[in-house]
Amino acid sequence: MSLETNRKFNIDTVENAEKTPDTELPWAELGLKKNEFDEVVKVLGRRPTGAELAMYSVMWSEHCSYKSSKNHLRQFGEKVTEEMKKDMLVGIGENAGVTNLGDGWAVTFKIESHNSPSFVEPYQGAATGIGGIVRDIISMGARPVAVMDPLRFGAIDHPDTARVMHGAVAGIGGYGNSLGLPNIGGEMVFDSVYQGNPLVNALAVGVMRHEDIRLANASGKGNKVVLFGARTGGDGIGGASVLASESFDDTKPSKRPAVQVGDPFAEKVLIECCLELFKGSLVEGIQDLGAAGISCATSELASNGDGGMEVELTSVLLRDPSLTPGEILMSESQERMMAVVTPENIEAFEAVMDKWAVEYSWLGEVTDSGRLIITWDGAVIVDVDPRTVAHDGPVYDRPYARPDWQDALQADSFTGSVQDAGRPAAPAQLAAAVTELISSPNMCSKSWITKQYDRYVGGNTALAFPDDAGVIRVDEETGLGVALATDANGRYTFLDPYHGAQLALAEAYRNVATSGAVPMAVSDCLNFGSPEDPDVMWQLAEAIRGLSDACMVLGIPVTGGNVSLYNQTGSTPIHPSPVVAVLGKFDDVARRTPSGWQEDGQAIYLLGTTAAELDGSEWSNLRGHLGGLPPKVDLAAERELGEILINASRDGMIDSAHDLSEGGLAAALVESSLRYGVGARIALQDLMDRDGVDLFTALFSETQARAIVGVPRSEEVRFNDMCTARGFMHLRIGVVDADSGILDINGVEDLALDALNEAHEGTLPKYFG
Amino acid sequence: MPRIVVDVMPKPEILDPQGKAIVGALPRLGFTSFSSVRQGKRFELTVDGEVTEEILAQAREAAETMLSNPVIEDVVNVEVLA
Amino acid sequence: MSELPLIGEAVAIAAEPRLAGARIGVVTFPGTLDDRDAARAIRLAGASAISLWHADTELGEVDAVVIPGGFSYGDYLRAGAIARFAPLMTRIIDAANSEAKLPVLGICNGFQILTESHLLPGSMIKNDHLKFNCSNQILRVENNTTAWTSDYALDQEIAIPLKNQDGQYIADEKTLDALEAENRVVFRYVGANPNGSRRSIAGISNAAGNVVGLMPHPEHAVEAGYGPETPGGAGGIDGLGFFTSILTKIVGGAK
Repeated sequence: MSLETNRKFNIDTVENAEKTPDTELPWAELGLKKNEFDEVVKVLGRRPTGAELAMYSVMWSEHCSYKSSKNHLRQFGEKVTEEMKKDMLVGIGENAGVTNLGDGWAVTFKIESHNSPSFVEPYQGAATGIGGIVRDIISMGARPVAVMDPLRFGAIDHPDTARVMHGAVAGIGGYGNSLGLPNIGGEMVFDSVYQGNPLVNALAVGVMRHEDIRLANASGKGNKVVLFGARTGGDGIGGASVLASESFDDTKPSKRPAVQVGDPFAEKVLIECCLELFKGSLVEGIQDLGAAGISCATSELASNGDGGMEVELTSVLLRDPSLTPGEILMSESQERMMAVVTPENIEAFEAVMDKWAVEYSWLGEVTDSGRLIITWDGAVIVDVDPRTVAHDGPVYDRPYARPDWQDALQADSFTGSVQDAGRPAAPAQLAAAVTELISSPNMCSKSWITKQYDRYVGGNTALAFPDDAGVIRVDEETGLGVALATDANGRYTFLDPYHGAQLALAEAYRNVATSGAVPMAVSDCLNFGSPEDPDVMWQLAEAIRGLSDACMVLGIPVTGGNVSLYNQTGSTPIHPSPVVAVLGKFDDVARRTPSGWQEDGQAIYLLGTTAAELDGSEWSNLRGHLGGLPPKVDLAAERELGEILINASRDGMIDSAHDLSEGGLAAALVESSLRYGVGARIALQDLMDRDGVDLFTALFSETQARAIVGVPRSEEVRFNDMCTARGFMHLRIGVVDADSGILDINGVEDLALDALNEAHEGTLPKYFG
Repeated sequence: MPRIVVDVMPKPEILDPQGKAIVGALPRLGFTSFSSVRQGKRFELTVDGEVTEEILAQAREAAETMLSNPVIEDVVNVEVLA
Repeated sequence: MSELPLIGEAVAIAAEPRLAGARIGVVTFPGTLDDRDAARAIRLAGASAISLWHADTELGEVDAVVIPGGFSYGDYLRAGAIARFAPLMTRIIDAANSEAKLPVLGICNGFQILTESHLLPGSMIKNDHLKFNCSNQILRVENNTTAWTSDYALDQEIAIPLKNQDGQYIADEKTLDALEAENRVVFRYVGANPNGSRRSIAGISNAAGNVVGLMPHPEHAVEAGYGPETPGGAGGIDGLGFFTSILTKIVGGAK
């Protein structure tokens, strides 16, 4: 292809900038505030060139600089004990954190948002979200091994929801399936607060040997800088680029794409190609190109390394020759990587590129000058200290205050409210209530979605949705593996941001422990509204404080994550939605615990106690109520419960386990029955007597730190002894009745599994076909 | 029965992964004269009876609103097949 | 007490030197996804898996070839259409048609490549429901005389994962009639047709029976706990028969 770079632009050089200090620049259109532009001028000691302005504007954006959240995010690094650090090989700040798994293995994982692109063009937005997070994982030196996708869409019956649903799910499948990465879990929540602003988050996990860990830094004077993968187009620059004015001439720039189109085939080839580079130790440092593209890659590589780099921008291979230098620097074209290669390795590097038919171009080299110098046909158009671009952006202490409506909201309890009238009590009413719950948009089966994802590829998936956590084998010889779960509850967090964020962590932690894995690390995707709204800023500050406090208590560090702000429709923000991912470790995934009942006659135990906690619950959601206080957080109990579940799994005391969360005991009982179509007989009188709750509350309360487990008869004594020794409340509530085809709960009309299954499975097909 | 043909192409500025993969494969079979490939879609809408201006206008509207995704595609041709 | 079945336990097939001497090639194209899985299945059956690269111009010493699943060249143009012209495919086509009748198994995208190569008749189009579908599928083995199915009983029902976007098998009526008349329908879907395939066909063979293609993935049903789910949580290993069948053929009958 003869897409030669258009060199005819009248380029704004550093020399020109010095000579023309008064030239008007489109800093406001590029999203910079006046004080920020003034800061750029101060840093440089002159006005920026067009290209420099482009770099600073994207790198100092909220998305890249975390300027509103940075002061709060510090807590994740500060509230950490030495014990929590011991398995952390790479902490926050790199593309993704890395955790030691033992036996020379390491694991890296991260969750990110791709919310707003997924509203504009759901298929491509969701697809490129997967692509971006997978490249983050590759750039740590890891082989990606699985993905997950927490999704939050508008009301299930809103006409626009189907558009977003079909597009995003097909996009995640279309991209992820083509990469050969099993999709092992996620979430699906419908709520009208996400109508104009769906949340499409994506998680990827990768594994590597310790010696293969790679960092994004450019070290070694004279080493070469190379850009490889897809060509650079006008992606992500926006419909009418203000940088067109950069080329002060008459040539009209061609249009810039409003959305980015992903090429999963190019990404798959890029993965294999990078892994071959790592295997041959052919790259010194590597960085993926995501938001802020070359601006980000060059400034981060340079500032994390020896501090200097020189790059010739006309060497960049282009898809669209009309791009100006600033646009090339800002472009967010997908499926690209930048690497630093020693001169000795150039030939071997090129051989790998040729083998995989990947295009590449050598852009320049590492220097020790402390400056990032970018030239255009030899003329200097960028001359900056890369730290000022990548790390020393503005930081804001945004004002925040507890909203004046928060007290009234918390005082409005569901119990006794108008919506609580006619609470089910009779056996037929309770049976209808259970069926209504498990067929509701948020509690129904998500198999309509998960059937569109490949869960098998790789041959290492030991558990996947709808089990509590996704489980992947890492080492085929020893069975060493990892478990992952993501959780968030926007309703809880809206009622109480501090505790709501902790509840998200507690649930993800519990899910991982329920599968039998030992929780090790946390990644979070903090989806909030505008930080310029003091109410929202308070939600964000409280959520971060809550999350970091809870991580300390649970003893698991945050190793990375992402903040997504300005999620709102008009001036109405989404519910604060901190999505928390917890990673756990198995010494041998053969010991993983599935969520469904197994053998006939096994005892069913409920671990933990039940209080009357219906505020913010799925039941109150079904009745159209949101108010009061979310369930109490008890992290000590979560830890104890976790240890019981992990030990019971390791020692073969339980055959199934399912955590209690949204929908309470009712949802958990139905899900454990439907998992393999195995019935049970349940009696809750002892529980009601012990905890002082009625049958409805026993079934629908969302009290935390609870789980149900299936215990083989031969293990009952040992299991009871363990719980007693640990002083943890446990109660035999029933028995597995394999062939009955019925979930029989005393005081509730019999629930036939066939009918339950039809109700549970029918909801998503009904709305989405 | 008359048919209306609608041709839809990816917008020029948008990446076309399919075209890219095809142009990469052509030279391997000895087809070396083609520097770029872009892959579009062709729709044939059958009409019972005569194609009036009104029906053609409907076809144009359907092409813009449903047959193409205006975010990433252009309708490049709507014509009546004789 | 029933012991919870452990996943990933070694499959009870001893790796005898005689078996390990059997060399089964696994082809990787750009965009191939299930090549490691196919190699694992071959190893679990006791044979040696040999990696083959699409650009290779020689086939080398292999006793059989598996063309695994994935999205070669992104499935762009048509599934399998670009991969079909790889240099190695020319060698494979020649070897399959030669007197030696090299056994070839095409799985999913591999099946699509085999139809594009005209080693097998018909073609695959988008699933009738238009969505990617990943599920556990029951198949009936209707021909156990091919190189790849001899270890199954006739009409045996096996559970194998199915996962694809373009899985609807189509061919003209004449071809379908001929396939049935010549006993070349090797697998049929049991129960509801998952993708609209003509006559519920899941897999077919060539006339000689050395080339077999199917949409479902036997290589994902070879290790307990990592394949189709069965009540009890640990998955079945119904796919292993493909790989033991070919091994039996290669080492000459008696196992």
